[in-house]
Amino acid sequence: MDLNFTPEEQSFRAEVRAFIDAHLPADLRAKVLEGRRMTKEDYLRWHRILYRQGWVAPHWPKAFGGAGWNAVQQHIFHEECADAGAPALMPFGLVMVGPVIMAFGTPAQQAYFLPRILSGEHWWCQGYSEPGSGSDLASLKTRAERRGDVYIVNGQKTWTTLAQYADWMFCLVRTDPQARKQEGISFLLIDMKSPGISVRPIIMLDGEHEVNEVFFDNVEVPVANRIGEENKGWTYAKFLLAHERTGIAEVGRSKRWLKRLKAIAARERACGGGRLIDDPRFRDRIAQVEIELMALEVTTLRVIAAEMEKKAPGPEASLLKIRGSEIQQTLSELLMLALGPYAAPYQPAALDAGYDGPIVGPEYGVAHTGLYFNMRKTTIYGGSNEIQRNIIAKMMLGF
Amino acid sequence: MDFNFSDEQQQFRDSLMRYLREAYDFDARCAIVRTESGWSRAVWQQLAELGALGIALPDAYDGFGGDAFDTLLVMEAFGHALVVEPYLATVVLGAGVIADAGSDAQRAQVLPAVARGERLLALAYGEPAARYAPNHVSTTAKKQGDGWVLDGHKAVVWHGDAADQLIVSARTAGAVADAHGISLFLVDARAPGVVRHGYPTQDGLRAAEITLSGVRVDAEALIGVQDEGLAPLEKAIDRGIAAVCAEAVGAMQAAIEQTTAYLKTRKQFGVPIGSFQVLQHRAVDMYVHAEQARSMAYLAAAKLDAPRNERRRVLSAAKVLVGQAARYVGQQAVQLHGGIGVTNELAISHYFKRLTMLALAFGDVDHHLGRFGEYLEA
Ligand SMILES: Cc1cc2nc3c(=O)[nH]c(=O)nc-3n(C[C@H](O)[C@H](O)[C@H](O)COP(=O)(O)OP(=O)(O)OC[C@H]3O[C@@H](n4cnc5c(N)ncnc54)[C@H](O)[C@@H]3O)c2cc1C
Repeated sequence: MDLNFTPEEQSFRAEVRAFIDAHLPADLRAKVLEGRRMTKEDYLRWHRILYRQGWVAPHWPKAFGGAGWNAVQQHIFHEECADAGAPALMPFGLVMVGPVIMAFGTPAQQAYFLPRILSGEHWWCQGYSEPGSGSDLASLKTRAERRGDVYIVNGQKTWTTLAQYADWMFCLVRTDPQARKQEGISFLLIDMKSPGISVRPIIMLDGEHEVNEVFFDNVEVPVANRIGEENKGWTYAKFLLAHERTGIAEVGRSKRWLKRLKAIAARERACGGGRLIDDPRFRDRIAQVEIELMALEVTTLRVIAAEMEKKAPGPEASLLKIRGSEIQQTLSELLMLALGPYAAPYQPAALDAGYDGPIVGPEYGVAHTGLYFNMRKTTIYGGSNEIQRNIIAKMMLGF
Repeated sequence: MDFNFSDEQQQFRDSLMRYLREAYDFDARCAIVRTESGWSRAVWQQLAELGALGIALPDAYDGFGGDAFDTLLVMEAFGHALVVEPYLATVVLGAGVIADAGSDAQRAQVLPAVARGERLLALAYGEPAARYAPNHVSTTAKKQGDGWVLDGHKAVVWHGDAADQLIVSARTAGAVADAHGISLFLVDARAPGVVRHGYPTQDGLRAAEITLSGVRVDAEALIGVQDEGLAPLEKAIDRGIAAVCAEAVGAMQAAIEQTTAYLKTRKQFGVPIGSFQVLQHRAVDMYVHAEQARSMAYLAAAKLDAPRNERRRVLSAAKVLVGQAARYVGQQAVQLHGGIGVTNELAISHYFKRLTMLALAFGDVDHHLGRFGEYLEA
């Protein structure tokens, strides 16, 4: 047993850190650290910087243009990016559909889509959930009927994250309504510019436009854009869910938020005078979440080590999802509580980086309450925490 | 012992709830929030006509002479309907201070106008560095001739932008956090030197930052006894706590009603999700929290006129318990709705946001645990 990183891993970390220091634009970094509103271009700028370095797809094999790093290196890379305040890389292309195309796509699909995911030319979105099919995803109803060499797609997806930016959607559709529900599903790649697609924004509880409804009205999708076999889409979808596990716990970002929380608690004044961080009740709350996070980090490393030994991806990912989401929620709640009465003002305009109007309360606090509200999503999406508990109950505890 | 409301009180509550059901559904509320002022004068006039504004004000000043339980009924109904109008600021806090500590002249000048819906008030006691401590007062009032000159910055003043008159805490003696040396003043919100920056709050209400620069008021503006303003201020805050506890109880009840209804209709895996026992138990815990909160809201209302220490102890206890309940019920109401719970499109997230802000109002759970602890051996 040795819980330390090897010297090679440590020098890898130093190399990653030096690159980020030299190449992460200061304005982007500031935006991320302060929790300001991110534009499509903000995400893409960092994406392209990593692309030029050959690092944008740490987990992809070199043959497909990835960095070909092992699980420990990937972890170190993500941790360093999160710590530095680098914008998140959108997972939809790189983490989700990319590996599916690599594993099940035709050579033509691989040649066309993979380079464009890497370069950032294509922004992807995930068309799984529907109004009637959330936790019970396999009940999805969006219909695709074959007519010669196209499918005609009709129906509706919802909660589609950042579909307003997307060039392509990977989409689960029903191709055989007669079959058992998991067996009549196909996996299509759909050009978002196709006639008949309309995207309607859904405004989240923090007032931001993050998700959408996507409607399909007789949309033609070439059969050539189907992944793998017809009616086998559920298999590919499950493969994808297993790949969503990397970074699911968001340990790196939570460590950054913890740092920020401590810095702010050292500046905020407690009621009886003195610093908030010295107030025993608030101090204990910080301590409690830090201890949880410490344990989660080691649990994450255990899962990564198992992955290195090529043990099949298991339900540990559910554990990481449960604790990781709860810790994110706690940290965002403490960031809000730290502000005292100044948690109340709603200042959406101040979230734009260029904003130079009046700000109520401390400038560092403008995003915190919205963040607390927004983080409620983390126990709902990606398989709700109730569903994750069902998985552990079944797979780990044998119920 | 009697936990029943009188017939009169029940009739009053029924008529208020009926009005809100008919005229203040979620869509109407959203439309009001989107207006420039963020609240509705028409609704305010209706509330005056229903007697809601004057219900707990003294008979002698055109009120109905009700007690803390009448205020509780109003606040609970408002919580249930997510009302955004400035009732807490104007009636509970503002008129409360004047009725409690004001001179006869101040009462005559302010209270009947409040009851008629013609006067809005705000209690400007918070300051940027005060956090939740009302004794932290760096705003100053200096004697000049017969009157006073006020200077300072008041923070997160609820409905401060709508108010006609402000009740301002200012230091007339002592150091910044001293209990002694605080005085309360009734200040015209449009007086020269008063600058108000109004803004929306996270839950769709309004607040303001207010700066006072050389604001002159005459001797009659002093409320109560010079240098002894903290006692009536603390009392006003405790009345505010009782009121927000009642509001949270109403909001929790609505959130639970809507969540259980959703669990019974939303189907996944071919069954209503309410058939999953884990979700039933979650809803049960929400219910248990809300019932415990209701008990504390009643106790809070009952103890508002108790001796100071007993009052403070119970009001803090209520704020702790209701704050924890509001947090749990709000969070779980969202969680059990799934994706639709985190959108602005359904009322449920607005209940969550209001409950979050109510849990912080007048001090969060930690603050009141600390305050309660001061009276542990009392
Ligand atoms: C911010 C956000 C972004 C999203 N982005 C995307 C995206 O890009 N693409 C996409 O396809 N989807 C996306 N989703 C959808 C997400 O995957 C679903 O919201 C999630 O699967 C839950 O489904 P639902 O919202 O229909 O809730 P429901 O399935 O209706 O669940 C409601 C409640 O019931 C509980 N529940 C359901 N079944 C059970 C059970 N068997 N046992 C116990 N409890 C149960 C749930 O845990 C939840 O608390 C996103 C969601 C959010 C909130």
